[in-house]
Amino acid sequence: MGDSILLAHGSGGRLSHELVEKTLLPFVANQELNKLDDSAVFEASGRLAFTIDSYVVNPIFFPGGDIGRLAVCGTVNDLAMSGAGPLYLSLAAIIEEGFLLSELEQVMRSIKEAAQEAGVSIIAGDTKVVNRGQADKLFITTSGVGTVSPGVDIAGANARAGDKVLLSGTVGDHGIAVMSQREGLEFSMSLESDCAPLNGLVAGMLEISPRIHCLRDPTRGGLATTLNELARQSEVGIIVEEVTIPVRGEVRAACDLLGLDPLYVANEGKLVAVVDPGDADSVLAEMKRSNYGRDAAIIGEVTSEHPGKVMIRTRLGPSRILDMLSGELLPRIC
Amino acid sequence: MKFIDEYQDSRLAKGLADQIARRSTRSIRLMEFCGGHTHAILRYGIRQLVPARVELRSGPGCPVCVTATADLDKAIALARLPGVIVTTFGDMMRVPGSASSLQQAKAEGADVRIVYSALDAIEMARANPEKEVIFVGIGFETTAPTIAASILKARREETTNFRVLSLNKLTPPVMKALLDSGEIQLDGIICPGHVSVVIGSAPYAFIPRDYGVACAISGFEPLDILLSVDRLVEQVEGGTPGVEIAYSRGVTADGNRKARELMDEVFEVGDANWRGIGIVPDSGLALREEYGRFDAEKAFPVSLQPPREPQGCRCGDVIRGTTTPSDCELFGKLCTPERPVGPCMVSSEGACAAYHQYGYPDISQGFESKT
Ligand code: SF4
Repeated sequence: MGDSILLAHGSGGRLSHELVEKTLLPFVANQELNKLDDSAVFEASGRLAFTIDSYVVNPIFFPGGDIGRLAVCGTVNDLAMSGAGPLYLSLAAIIEEGFLLSELEQVMRSIKEAAQEAGVSIIAGDTKVVNRGQADKLFITTSGVGTVSPGVDIAGANARAGDKVLLSGTVGDHGIAVMSQREGLEFSMSLESDCAPLNGLVAGMLEISPRIHCLRDPTRGGLATTLNELARQSEVGIIVEEVTIPVRGEVRAACDLLGLDPLYVANEGKLVAVVDPGDADSVLAEMKRSNYGRDAAIIGEVTSEHPGKVMIRTRLGPSRILDMLSGELLPRIC
Repeated sequence: MKFIDEYQDSRLAKGLADQIARRSTRSIRLMEFCGGHTHAILRYGIRQLVPARVELRSGPGCPVCVTATADLDKAIALARLPGVIVTTFGDMMRVPGSASSLQQAKAEGADVRIVYSALDAIEMARANPEKEVIFVGIGFETTAPTIAASILKARREETTNFRVLSLNKLTPPVMKALLDSGEIQLDGIICPGHVSVVIGSAPYAFIPRDYGVACAISGFEPLDILLSVDRLVEQVEGGTPGVEIAYSRGVTADGNRKARELMDEVFEVGDANWRGIGIVPDSGLALREEYGRFDAEKAFPVSLQPPREPQGCRCGDVIRGTTTPSDCELFGKLCTPERPVGPCMVSSEGACAAYHQYGYPDISQGFESKT
């Protein structure tokens, strides 16, 4: 057993300073943060996007990522889904007493790598330590600011009949990776979370078509829930083809075993785009050039029929309704 | 990477559907025993592929749904005992009992945890030696061998704080009860695939022999189910009911002897209480005398009020196949997956949940006619 976090690390005294200076700052150092002032001051102009999210994943380390990578990518992606180029993040950690310092360092390393990859700096931070049992190991909250280029207008309400629906890659990878780790289920080790920053992918897409109508990352509730949100917000119908939706073989096998539907399983590195039909092919080609869009596909289209509802043509041929996730995703019994 | 080999599925499905349409000349009623089958039938739109004169009726094959309210109340009462951790499958948490649910008991301070197998519950017992860990065992012949194995493991490893509330049930006896009741006229049964991997096809032989009802054992892939429907239609139309295995990947005539020996070692057959059906003779599994110390009911006798069924809920009828979920007045109105009134709307294998999720029949067929 290595050193662990003590309540005194959150007391504001010497140990707190040590924690910040030795364990936290070295990973995310930048001019603004290094000043350790009460708030970060920065220049910005034009339209800004601003978002916040909290991360409480269990387990905090999973195949393909950890809570640190998730906390950076999730907020970067929320900004990117508004068409914003992410600039700065703030990060707050709530640490349970007894959490291992070495694990905290590992999380910080992931945060550093993800932030570097996304090209964002963390310019404000906070740490609190709570009694054992008052938090589950480590909770992280990040907020982010980004700028939106002139002319870009992306919103859930912008889908129009005739638009094409694009998906950036395989669905279900993150949820199944986390679930297999949590439940100790022995799935193939090649199964990894897709947790990734998508701002690069989005920047490339916007360059090809600045008039993309909707972007959304299908996180909790999965693809099915995201499509339903878009259909409702835009008051349009959406029809997708099941056979065009990419699902990894391992994910499909795990889902079969657990009685889950990959269309409802969470993703952390995928996006759904709704684009003008005239732009669909060129945007798709651009997505396929990106590391995080290699398996992109056109999965369906927007229609004026059945507004607010999503239909899926199943792989056997017939169509049926594709509803939002209701309740919780739970494995079946027999 | 190649993801899509399923374009061929729609061709194969079309071929089977055409064949079924050619074979079928009159109205027949088939029951899919398993909730998993109901789910797949609606998820893949199999209902729309099969001619309307071939009716598919959902049966009692949902372990959570058939758990009697009285048994659920027992599990909730156990969870409220001090020093006890109750472990169970996720779907059980939200099922409303007479006055509460396991989820509600948990919110009020009871220690209830979700596990994926009885073996996880043993691990929990080991990790919490100062607590009593009770596993609420539900399910059919599929889950019983694992529960038996966990009890044997607990005995071997001398884990003394692990117990099982055995609510396990058997499939063929309840089929017999349904057929004996005469309440529902069936021409054929789509028999459960996973259960049959364990018990084999022989235990269904009495169904065509004594009742003239056709049987086909089906896997859970949509094409398996279509194939089973085709086999059943052929048997019914030809007047030659039998037991066919349309799931040859996993099922043999005698099933898995090892798994059955495990069950026999630990359990003895006894009566069981089924929601909507009542006591069905020889349809349950109780712990044998020698394993009595693992029996949660013996270790912690609890006294209970007589059970109260959820008002207006027709789960019992849905389970017996005498009604379809959309005939329930509460369906989709007062009873939704977010606010379930009965277990059939809670469980992922419940018929009401499947009908609700896939919009059967009105919405999907309404749309289907437009496309
Ligand atoms: S719809 Fe709800 S109330 Fe009606 S039978 Fe199903 S579970 Fe019971």
